Amino acid sequence: MRILVCTGTGCISSGSENVGEAIKEELDNQGLDKYDVIYTGCQGFCEMGPLVIPDDTFYCEVDEEGARKIVREHLKNSNIVKELLYKDPHDDKLATKREEIDFYKKQKRLVLERCGLIDPENISDYILSGGYMALEKSLQMKPEEIIEELKKSSLRGRGGGGFPTWLKWQYTREKNTGLKEGYQEKYVVCNADEGDPGAFMDRSILEGDPHAVLEGMIIGGLAVGADMGLIYVRAEYPLAVKRLEEAISDAKEKGYLGYNILNSGVFFDIKIKQGAGAFVCGEETALIESVHGNRGMPRPRPPFPAEKGVHDSPTILNNVETFANIPIVINKGGEEFASLGTKESKGTKVFALTGKVNNTGLCEVPMGISLKEIIYDIGGGVKDDKEFKAVQIGGPSGGCLPKDQLDLSIDYDSLIEAGAMMGSGGLVVMDEATCMVDLSRFFLNFTQSESCGKCNPCREGTKRLLEILNRIIDGNGQRDDIKTLERLGKNVINSSLCGLGQSAPNPVLSTLRYFENEYIEHIEQKYCRAGVCKNLTSIKIIPEKCIGCELCKKHCPVEAITGEKKEAHEIDPGICTKCRVCIEKCPSRAITH
Amino acid sequence: MKKTNTAKRIDTKVQANNLEENKIRKLIDEYKEDQGGLIPLLQKIQEEEGYLSRDRLEMIANEMNLSLAKVMGVVTFYSQFHLTPKGENVIRVCMGTACHVKGAGQIMEKLQNKLEIETGETTPDGKFTIDAVSCIGACGLAPVATINHDTHGKLTTDKVNDLLDEYDKGSDNK
Repeated sequence: MRILVCTGTGCISSGSENVGEAIKEELDNQGLDKYDVIYTGCQGFCEMGPLVIPDDTFYCEVDEEGARKIVREHLKNSNIVKELLYKDPHDDKLATKREEIDFYKKQKRLVLERCGLIDPENISDYILSGGYMALEKSLQMKPEEIIEELKKSSLRGRGGGGFPTWLKWQYTREKNTGLKEGYQEKYVVCNADEGDPGAFMDRSILEGDPHAVLEGMIIGGLAVGADMGLIYVRAEYPLAVKRLEEAISDAKEKGYLGYNILNSGVFFDIKIKQGAGAFVCGEETALIESVHGNRGMPRPRPPFPAEKGVHDSPTILNNVETFANIPIVINKGGEEFASLGTKESKGTKVFALTGKVNNTGLCEVPMGISLKEIIYDIGGGVKDDKEFKAVQIGGPSGGCLPKDQLDLSIDYDSLIEAGAMMGSGGLVVMDEATCMVDLSRFFLNFTQSESCGKCNPCREGTKRLLEILNRIIDGNGQRDDIKTLERLGKNVINSSLCGLGQSAPNPVLSTLRYFENEYIEHIEQKYCRAGVCKNLTSIKIIPEKCIGCELCKKHCPVEAITGEKKEAHEIDPGICTKCRVCIEKCPSRAITH
Repeated sequence: MKKTNTAKRIDTKVQANNLEENKIRKLIDEYKEDQGGLIPLLQKIQEEEGYLSRDRLEMIANEMNLSLAKVMGVVTFYSQFHLTPKGENVIRVCMGTACHVKGAGQIMEKLQNKLEIETGETTPDGKFTIDAVSCIGACGLAPVATINHDTHGKLTTDKVNDLLDEYDKGSDNK
């Protein structure tokens, strides 16, 4: 019998490794030896971690004491430990199974199906759950047939661009013909340089189901005739690197990788390349430069990597999630895969749902689902029953969508029409406490500092955009700033060399499109309604509401608050650093901005 | 209790143990032939020595037949590499979107005030370094910071004091 303990990065930070050890200890103490503790990858529901699942029962926020209790009560005496079950925040109903929780109900888990249910460090688990079947099937197929299946499936790149995967593979495959000097190397590259702030699906797939990515890459190798695979993974993801290394050596041992794969005479090897921390290296030509040991600067395309990639050889370069989709396409068949999703976007997409929402975590949904369903049904609505303001989708390349776009169907094309982008799938929910000008500055600050500096529009353009935003936020905005932002933003989009510059102004333009009034307030009235921009905010105590409890005074880090006990307090605006600690601490909500 | 320190691989050892020259030569030989070996070599040396000193960079450039400018170009391009030693405890505050929306800025401010240094700096006594990272992929627990090998989620400004005290007492980054 298996006890699943989530050891995704989220749960590990909440202490799940110690929880697992506590379970093992208690099993020993109780003399229960028919149970195995399995450390799984991410279950997606990170906020409620650490998660422990014995016999299909879903326990959350388990600490070491709780872990021992599960062993004593649940395993030994078959009593459910009620206080560790998930409680619905709306009606306080307890859920015993994963499927009963709203967060999981509307999901369609294909790519994440195994994540959280198998031991990612055990290849037998993967094989038992149907792993490497697609590889066996692909070995019986002709390369053209594999690509044909992909074509039928209409799978598009999950890194955000949405380029048809089969077409990329087809180009790379065709590069084989017409070569005069015999053998030319080809490469299959997996882009695991997930640099988007607010997205962690690639990390979770790598940590939770590394073999699925390997299998997708090997099939890629078969389809285009490559014999070498590279995984370019962020060095900031040490657990993913470790699990990938193990997966590669296990797959080699079992004959799924390396020489003579499953006695078919095929050779394919995979190596790991660790990135060194540069967002722009997610761009394919920059990634290739980085693999070559250079500064990761993009170059103009064409030639595309399909023609001239790693070591100038034909290369297919896909995102982690795309590769994880490949075995699913082969197993299901292209047509069945294409039955899920919208006309132009097929299959599912994994989103990292975060921000001011009740259930944060990873969710996988069919394409075409509405934003509302994700935020309210899966995410459980805005936290603390606050007002929904906007959702930021697609990271720095994406945009902010307001309330009236909540019914928007999520697919590549409708998102672009609405001024956002699929990006890698970060979905950050924001309430009234978020200032949209500040948020667009946040993204611009990020892209500006990550710009590689090779092309003028991106290097200079993002810098000037940022200067203007800083000016507005500091309270020195000028009347024509909005026009300048729009014009400059469009120019940067139209004239930059790579995707980083071509999408960098998106957060600015989309907030201007939907929240122009906030920019105007900042510029003309010197007012920030969210109270985030410090120069435009002053923190006040409403004397009628203040009960003189002195809590604010006690917590103020700079001693800006004065007043006697049981009397109304005052804040000295000259000293106040607007850290907002007093607002959080005040029990009678007497402090506002 | 067993605790796996998987984060160790990217974390910088602070006690820079200077590698012997022949050991570095050996490392360089290992990566010399590989087109693209420069970045993994730099990673390896930084992992061992804590940072990349000018001496080392010159040596690498010489041995690999590259100009020092080329090596410096790569070192300064990637945020993983640094040219000065770090403090005993390295605090990395996540500045991802989710953390930003949930108040990572305030956590950072508190740290700066408390330690009286700016982001990227080390305290004069060498105990703490504060860094900002773009996203560590634990968005569900925002705001998040890592200190040495541990990730601390759902931070509040209140918790900062206790955390600093905890690491001030003893460093596990040796």
